[in-house]
Amino acid sequence: MELKELYQEIILDHGKNPRNFGKCKDFTSDAKGHNPLCGDKVHIYAQLDKNKKILDLSFEGEGCAISLASASILTDILKGKDFNLAKAITDNFLNLIKENKSITLNSLNEDQKTTLMSLSGVKDFPMRVKCATMAWHTLSSVLEKK
Amino acid sequence: MNIDQIKNNFPIFKKKINNKPLVYLDSANSSQKPKSVIDRMSYFYENEFSNVGRSVHSLAVTATNRFEETRDLVKKFINAKHREEIIFTKGATEGINLVANSFGEKYINEGDEIILTELEHHSNYVPWHYLRNKKKAVIKFAKINENLEIQIDEIKKLITNKTKIIAITHISNVTGGITPLKEIIDLASSKKIPVLVDGTQGAPHLKLDMQKLGCDFYVISCHKLYGPNGLGILYGKKKWLDEMPPYQGGGGMIDEVKKENITFAESPTKFEAGTMQTAEVVAFSESIKLIEKIGLDKISENENDVLRYGIDKIRKNNSINLVGDPKNKASVISFTLKGIHPHDIATILDDDGVAIRAGHHCCQILHEKIGMSATARASIGLYNTKEDIDILINAIEKCKKVFKI
Repeated sequence: MELKELYQEIILDHGKNPRNFGKCKDFTSDAKGHNPLCGDKVHIYAQLDKNKKILDLSFEGEGCAISLASASILTDILKGKDFNLAKAITDNFLNLIKENKSITLNSLNEDQKTTLMSLSGVKDFPMRVKCATMAWHTLSSVLEKK
Repeated sequence: MNIDQIKNNFPIFKKKINNKPLVYLDSANSSQKPKSVIDRMSYFYENEFSNVGRSVHSLAVTATNRFEETRDLVKKFINAKHREEIIFTKGATEGINLVANSFGEKYINEGDEIILTELEHHSNYVPWHYLRNKKKAVIKFAKINENLEIQIDEIKKLITNKTKIIAITHISNVTGGITPLKEIIDLASSKKIPVLVDGTQGAPHLKLDMQKLGCDFYVISCHKLYGPNGLGILYGKKKWLDEMPPYQGGGGMIDEVKKENITFAESPTKFEAGTMQTAEVVAFSESIKLIEKIGLDKISENENDVLRYGIDKIRKNNSINLVGDPKNKASVISFTLKGIHPHDIATILDDDGVAIRAGHHCCQILHEKIGMSATARASIGLYNTKEDIDILINAIEKCKKVFKI
């Protein structure tokens, strides 16, 4: 278990200065995530077009550096993506965290892959896995909403 | 007995956590177990095991005797008047659920009022919430002051002729504040209102005397008292227990069962349905013996020394913010660090072998009041030293380095 693997520069940066924080204008779908054991909260807002392409994406929330960074990275990477790609990236990310698989999607550039990989340090800290995955599960609810 | 000798009784301290000696500051969550308790459980299973209170064979007689001897020890430990006032439960939570269900069933009706405080642990709110829904009763929360202390005047304000019970913590698991129980109980008894005390955090730190204190119910969590998990104690005044209906139905708690009617045993059997925790109860006697051997006076003297030392160090450290400032307190230091969430603090501390708890500590009403979703909590047990506090403070400094603050 290496602390510096968990608290990488990218995570500290996103944790301290979360991107896309707040309610995005004209959001059409939103969902809340909550971890009742620790009290972490996230609320994701998305502006979707009729084909569920993500035109705009933002979040509000409170929690640890990992959960804030994860939500921030999510909004950064998925903004502008269409429904299928957003789902594929989400699945790929959850596989990375839970089953230690690598990020394989060609549609992501190297920077984006590195950013997502930075959250994989949680796999050595089982109690913190939920911190990294909560925003992504919440996004799935946002996209599935009718 | 000095602290090193006391620590030697606890095998877990031989273990390294992340290659560091264990600094255990999470006893308010659950305390570590002395070898005598661990050994007593094995010995019981290897030599004395049988169910209690049922069969007549030799093992059953031995097991029943050991079980009931522990009840006598508990009676003495908390100075209850009668041994029938000691009920074994699966924890303090079950103790409160038992009273809310059984006392609530008989004595609380529509419009009746239950007084709690804003400091209560969820286990001293949620069971009353169920009762509120079931009986259309009313729950009133006594406000705490800016130091997060319970105010007797705030309780006084809430009392009406509809108040049927006051349920209140002995020591807050977030602030460590000690409730002025005697005054509250005297006030309540002058108005003939029974008081339940959540003694989960009180029992490990303060000498208990039920007859002097005069409360109607007192719940204890044995795993926070250096005893086995899955065991608690409910003390109840005999006059209530005699009148209250059973909580759960099952074997062991009956007098006579007919197709048309059932009559029940007397307390404590009436409230101990089904097969009880036998090894746990028997082994809990060793917790009491250890505490009495060291002496609760000496335990709290040492804990208070460590607590004061910790609070002084934290006050001198500008980056650490203390949560709550009760004048009269025990064992608990809750804190926050600017720019670092308590979960991150707890993970970084763990890397140095320091075990604390982070979160809302099952007190969301309190956390909402102070506008924080989580706090970090270091809690002191009989095995902690000032050196543990030094290691804690160093590890907190490390948090700032990791976060580049």
